[in-house]
Amino acid sequence: MTNRAIVGFSFVLAVVVSAALLGDRVVRRDAKPGRVTVLYWEKWTGQEGEEMRKVVDAYNRSQDRVFVKYLSISGVDQKTILASGGGNPPDVAGIWQDQVFQFADLGALTDLSSMAKAAGLGRDYYIHAYYDALSRDGRLWALPSTPASIALHVRPDLVPKRVATPETFPETLEELDALSDEISKQNPDGSLVLAGFLPSNPGWWHYAWGPLFGADLFKDGRPTVDSPESVRAFTWVARYAKRFGPQAVQNFQSGFGNFSSPQDPFMTGKVAMELNGVWKANYIHVYKPDLPWFAVPFPYPKDRPDLKGHTILSQDVLVVPAGAKHPNEAFDFIRFVQRQDVMEGLCASHGKNSPLNRVSERFFRTHPNKAIRLFDQLARSSHPIYPSRNGFFPRVNGELNNAFQEVNTGVKEPAQALRDAQVRIDGLWKTYRTQVADS
Amino acid sequence: MNRRRDARVGILFATPWIVGFGLLMAYPLISSFVTSFTNFSVLRAPKWIGTENYRELANDGVFHTSLQNTLLYALGAVPLGTVLAIGLAMLLNSKVRGMPVYRTLLFLPTLVPMVAQATLFLWVFNGDYGLLNAALRWCGLSPPNWLGDPMWAKWTLVMIAVWGSGQAMLIYLAGLQDVPTSLYEAADLDGAKSWAKTRHITLPMISPVILFNVIMGIIGSIQVFAVPQVMFPGGAPARSTYMFAMYLYDNAFLYQRMGYASAMGWIMFLVILALTLVALRLSERHVHYETQ
Repeated sequence: MTNRAIVGFSFVLAVVVSAALLGDRVVRRDAKPGRVTVLYWEKWTGQEGEEMRKVVDAYNRSQDRVFVKYLSISGVDQKTILASGGGNPPDVAGIWQDQVFQFADLGALTDLSSMAKAAGLGRDYYIHAYYDALSRDGRLWALPSTPASIALHVRPDLVPKRVATPETFPETLEELDALSDEISKQNPDGSLVLAGFLPSNPGWWHYAWGPLFGADLFKDGRPTVDSPESVRAFTWVARYAKRFGPQAVQNFQSGFGNFSSPQDPFMTGKVAMELNGVWKANYIHVYKPDLPWFAVPFPYPKDRPDLKGHTILSQDVLVVPAGAKHPNEAFDFIRFVQRQDVMEGLCASHGKNSPLNRVSERFFRTHPNKAIRLFDQLARSSHPIYPSRNGFFPRVNGELNNAFQEVNTGVKEPAQALRDAQVRIDGLWKTYRTQVADS
Repeated sequence: MNRRRDARVGILFATPWIVGFGLLMAYPLISSFVTSFTNFSVLRAPKWIGTENYRELANDGVFHTSLQNTLLYALGAVPLGTVLAIGLAMLLNSKVRGMPVYRTLLFLPTLVPMVAQATLFLWVFNGDYGLLNAALRWCGLSPPNWLGDPMWAKWTLVMIAVWGSGQAMLIYLAGLQDVPTSLYEAADLDGAKSWAKTRHITLPMISPVILFNVIMGIIGSIQVFAVPQVMFPGGAPARSTYMFAMYLYDNAFLYQRMGYASAMGWIMFLVILALTLVALRLSERHVHYETQ
């Protein structure tokens, strides 16, 4: 071998060895000698992420046995799955509620029921709907980090005085439709100036339109999106597109700014009534603190008074991925987050309601959202609507989103769009049962 | 002895490439082919299901929609990009003062990262206050909602594709500069006009370059992902912009169906292979090689 070859080979070898050593430093978990390091991946960035970091710091200060290493990570859901597949998942991951049963069906999560029971974190510790949304067949797959309930937000300066208070605001959908028709404004060329209400704005809960009309998306254990209630809901959705014209709605909406900006259509006065979560007040507080608004429960169909007070719930959750190196220590951290003082502090800083059954008066009094009592009350509704406790839900949600777009853009009639979605769902469901649920 | 030693040294120096190719190309290729015959969710061991994934693909309406969207996109983007890139290259091949500046300006868009490009075009094509519609309205036209109307959204992507023509333009420019000037001089003597020279000299002489760029364009178009993923999440509106690679990605990483996604990957490979072979076949009579 020539000298040049030896030098070249040595160089390559040095690069490979350095990469291996540096790589090991990067993935090494031990952050504090003498303490068990729990790796925690969370989706939050910015202020929300910082608030959770404060909780992590408080936990790390509260004891000397476990150290939580907190990492804010984009695409946390997919990365957690892939890391689990590679045998090196985090010990705690912050994901979204609608993914919990998809992950559980894939075998990606640790059952928390026995640890939660031992820690006294039973159903009654929580507002029932939040706990129920995370458990199935006696097994608990996640616990809340911050939850939310959804309500209709109203601009009193854009609606007639007779309905400009929470007490006098319409309670039924028929009244909402009439009010929307009354206050919406279009130019002579058909272009919209003000929309009373638009089901497509902000467009985050299309799966819920059917249940808001009484539909059950998993009727007798079978995914069902073309029930009469769902068709009625999507016909109601289509009514808005037809009333203004699909093209006019599309053009109008393309002028909407991002919800987390001062160009948000509710804040700019392009939309007078908007379905949104408890967090909406945060953005109003930042971008238009003087904006007049109030929140009310979303109206119910006149012929279904039994649905009065129904609400959509969502929550960010903490899970322990299957194969986590330190599941007990991971749960110890999750248990800390569930403490009433810690949870209330975190939820208030995120502008959310608390998922816990007991809520302190101080939480209500100091909360930045003036309507926080309503959101708490909604979470306790006897008709909560949340993502179905089935791993197939993301597919149902995807098909309903597509059906919504087909209806809203006038491509298909509601019944046809839902029938087509049902046909596709039936095929996917068959495969899912064979390949995932029953395997 | 020397030859054997040289061979050893050669192999030693080629080792990083061999290892890289083996680990990053050959193994994933073989692995994805085997995975395409399995039910594999990453978290459980792959389960052999034979050709089930391919059978399901044959009856999957969304797969057909995404394939159709992608082919329509390629059908629009490749010819449009080719014509534009050749046209720009010809302009940049003329003898005008300040040409390096023009060349730099026309190549610059290629350097814009795809996500930034997508974000930029969300503003340009905005139906309400977008630059394009403002210009069209100023001309007295009634423009469509490019991003919100299922009929127009796909064609918006085609128009955006030409933004990246700079790369091809540069290759065409290099090809144009290789065309011998003696051919043009001879044509001038014969009294040939500008279009005749383009048709009978320029295009035949750069035809191998055109073929190369068309094939690269086909491959790039079938794999299009980043721009539609950012501009039209989930293929909205109503899956009119749902591209093949987006559906593949969703199956792999949203629904953890790695076997199904692998089968899609192999179908994509076959589609690209077929289109490339068609392009090569069609080019046989039209591509002129100097060695011929």
